[in-house]
Amino acid sequence: MTELARSRSAAPAGGPAPSPTTQGRPQEDASLWMDTWRSLRKNPWFLVSAVLLLVLITVALFPQLFATHDPRECFLGRSRQEPSAEHWFGTDIQGCDYYTRVIYGAANSMAVGVIVTGSILVLGSLLGLMAAYFGGWVDAVLMRLTDLIFAIPYMLGALVFLAVQENRNVWDVAFILIVFTWPTMARLMRGSVLAVINNDYVTAARALGAGPLTIMRRHIIPNSLGPVVGYAAVYTGVIIGAEATLTFLGVGLQLPAISWGLQLNDAQSYLQQMPHLLTFPLIFVALTVFAFTTMGEALRDALDPKSKKR
Amino acid sequence: MSQPNDDAPTIRPADTDLVLEVEDLVKHFPVREGLIFKRQTGAVQAVDGVSFQLRRGETLGIVGESGCGKSTLAKLLMRLEEPDSGSVRFRGEDFLAMRGEALRHMRRKIQIIFQDPYTSLNPRMSVGDIVAEPFKLHPEAKPAQGVRNRVKELLDVVGLDPDHINRYPHQFSGGQRQRIGIARGLALNPDVIICDEPVSALDVSVQAQVMNLLKDLQDEFGMSYIFIAHDLSVVRHISDRLAVMYLGRLAELGTDDELYGAPAHPYTQALLSAVPVPDPTLRGQRDEIVLKGDPPNPANPPSGCRFRTRCWKATDICATDEPELIVRTGVTQQVACHHAEPNKAVAAEDR
Amino acid sequence: MTTAPQPTTPAQGDGDFTSTGPLLEVKDLHVEFHTKQGVAQAINGLNFTLEAGETLAILGESGSGKSVTAQTIMGILDMPPGHIAGGEIRYRGQDLLAMKPEQRRRLRGVNISMIFQDALSSLNPVLPVGWQIAEMFRVHQKMRRRPARQRAIELMKRVGIPAAEQRVGDYAHQFSGGMRQRIMIAMAIALDPDVLIADEPTTALDVTVQAQVMRLLKELQTENNMGLILITHDLGVVADVADKIAVMYAGRVMEAADVYEIYARPGHPYTKGLLESLPRIDAAGERLNAIPGLPPSLTDMPSGCPFSPRCPYATDLCRNEMPELLPIVGEHTSACHYREEMHRGHLQTPEEAQA
Repeated sequence: MTELARSRSAAPAGGPAPSPTTQGRPQEDASLWMDTWRSLRKNPWFLVSAVLLLVLITVALFPQLFATHDPRECFLGRSRQEPSAEHWFGTDIQGCDYYTRVIYGAANSMAVGVIVTGSILVLGSLLGLMAAYFGGWVDAVLMRLTDLIFAIPYMLGALVFLAVQENRNVWDVAFILIVFTWPTMARLMRGSVLAVINNDYVTAARALGAGPLTIMRRHIIPNSLGPVVGYAAVYTGVIIGAEATLTFLGVGLQLPAISWGLQLNDAQSYLQQMPHLLTFPLIFVALTVFAFTTMGEALRDALDPKSKKR
Repeated sequence: MSQPNDDAPTIRPADTDLVLEVEDLVKHFPVREGLIFKRQTGAVQAVDGVSFQLRRGETLGIVGESGCGKSTLAKLLMRLEEPDSGSVRFRGEDFLAMRGEALRHMRRKIQIIFQDPYTSLNPRMSVGDIVAEPFKLHPEAKPAQGVRNRVKELLDVVGLDPDHINRYPHQFSGGQRQRIGIARGLALNPDVIICDEPVSALDVSVQAQVMNLLKDLQDEFGMSYIFIAHDLSVVRHISDRLAVMYLGRLAELGTDDELYGAPAHPYTQALLSAVPVPDPTLRGQRDEIVLKGDPPNPANPPSGCRFRTRCWKATDICATDEPELIVRTGVTQQVACHHAEPNKAVAAEDR
Repeated sequence: MTTAPQPTTPAQGDGDFTSTGPLLEVKDLHVEFHTKQGVAQAINGLNFTLEAGETLAILGESGSGKSVTAQTIMGILDMPPGHIAGGEIRYRGQDLLAMKPEQRRRLRGVNISMIFQDALSSLNPVLPVGWQIAEMFRVHQKMRRRPARQRAIELMKRVGIPAAEQRVGDYAHQFSGGMRQRIMIAMAIALDPDVLIADEPTTALDVTVQAQVMRLLKELQTENNMGLILITHDLGVVADVADKIAVMYAGRVMEAADVYEIYARPGHPYTKGLLESLPRIDAAGERLNAIPGLPPSLTDMPSGCPFSPRCPYATDLCRNEMPELLPIVGEHTSACHYREEMHRGHLQTPEEAQA
């Protein structure tokens, strides 16, 4: 028996469609979006990651609210101090307050993550949508292009291309990561669209004379974006990790920028003597990646009507 | 409504009742192979020379097994697929030649009701939005009393509570969803509704409700139905005329009385005899024809008559000469068989 | 088909079961589903017996509990959300529900086996079908590869697959729907089970193929003297093959009787409604006598008789008190307060009674 047939014939599994007389909550909005929200609200992992993300985003946007010092106010005289009441995370080699540095580092990491994911979400979804909707040569060309980029591991690609660049800022790093990661999103969207496009409601709209734009806007995008959005949140975490890695390897952001990757890079030389220099930025990177990944998983579960039944 | 001799291909200008004239419709889907350079290695002959006419207020049943091309035929009539050749005339106008605005306008006149009530409604849209979609796409057809009022009226017509306009498809049962689909199909007052297996996904007790609704709507609004189904007993209750399809071609075409009363094509006879009758006292007494084998691959149909590989009457001529769909001696309906002969033993009437 | 050699472990053997009592007996079975909406009563006190060589049809619409019944007997019910809340399923006198999972698993496919509606998803797509049939012999009877393969070919021939020797290495997707169903039947009867459960075995098939497959099932049943439980919604198929029928609605048996009896003199308004709402090929009637309304939600059952909201004969008694499944005459039982009147055809709707 197919899963669908099973949930229908063994009605209790999916719950039989309620008859109007037995409908418990007539006034409550019952769209699938509301259902998604309701199931999210009940998911403790969603709540944890949402609170965590909210804090991290506020830190990134308004570091001055959290910082205890000026990040560029450094005295070599207090270089490499252990954590203390004055300097919570200690100080780095330059004698800057390490807590403040880590707080200010959030902005760049978040920026890379959000810029890259936002861009590939838009670009990838658009290309994936076009590939799936138009099919034929559009699909063939786009998919061969993704194959081509898939052939190069994105870290390797980013490493090579960033290494040949003299001066690198947030935008350069973001750009390279976008170039190497959009195919994932495009493929995902393509698959998601293909699952929706053969539904009879799309055919019904075509039979009524609706044009491609109307069909995409009204029927395809609302029903296919769910898994892509969930994945995008997971991917933000991955990208933040990638930025930290690239910077740690010396091909990402450069001084005098402040970022977790740079802090990790600096810390590696003093790992034996000053492990806290490594620990604190690493905790923040891990927390951010964790928050995005968990949020993504929660979104994906809530947006996927099939997983909801389980 | 029943006109046994409508095989004349010429259009009778006096017959203003003709809504749809389909002539020699052909649609082959190419089968391509190869990784990079895809070569066409064959073609699935989904619809291969189908002709029929549909009159105002009439229901034409199209019956066939899976893969016989009946769903492709529906898509061709909706112009969701473009045929390779043939013609479709809608009230005398060439439907297939229409482009742009004329085609968009014509789409109002032919609507479709789908089989699966679970995939035919957009889960993210409210019932009100689903039924109102036709008006969004055809603003010129906007009702005078306002879209919302008209949607409520339509919900009432199909037997749903108009107050449920803000609900979403998942809050309804299969039968109720099918009613929503019917309301959407009715919205633009079409002349023809193509019903593609509209009740085969529904429960027995709900099937009858939807069948009755379709019948009532036809009595009230006078549109024509093309009722596609695999279940001969369901079709019997709604159709005036019946076309039996096998591997992309019509095997037999005639009125209900003719086909159920004196089926002349061996395939029709087999289909009829295979339908189980809900009466245990008839067990073992029925003249059951059990066909051998499965329908052949539509990409590689047999030469001559396509049914000959499963037919107990087949002779040499069946392998060489393709039988035409014409009125044969001894019957009043059109039969595409060299050995057409009415078989009263399997006729539904005499059970 | 030759009879299967004696199974290797004693727990499997037929001799281990007391031969007194019916082949399969279900007593007061209750199955619940724990869902977000609450507890759904999928099966609410199910009783039936099945003898060797007998065909019992369980007839019902979606949500009536007929598929859950099959899954529960087979022991393949998803738990959770499913939960067996009470009752017994006795196979040759032994309660299956009291058995250890391991013991029960050994019965599956050997003594009790099952055919599903969708053969394509029930067969492994990456293994040749012949291999899958042969595996039954290799696993359960420790047969060697070559003889097992030979048995698989014999079995494929028996279920009517043409050119079985050539096709034994083909994959499921290379067969048509009807042929796939035959292969699944071959697997199900490979080890010569006593009880065969067929869950909508012909629903997905074309009419002409349906007849072939039903005929095959019936032949095999007679040959092997199996007890057949046919789960279906199709009143036509039932009339052709069943010996007795249990009509299920909202997790309960509404009526159970001999097949001739139930079609001639239904003792429950639901059965009568079903028979009357059916489009029949031998009647061109204009309107169908549809049953109004919808089956109730299993999480929110109406009080009294679950069919009362849709029943034209319902009275206050029906709305308040659930009628028991009691005999009318002989083996004919019905869960209707007015079973006698119904059976005699005297029952009037409240409106008729007033007039």
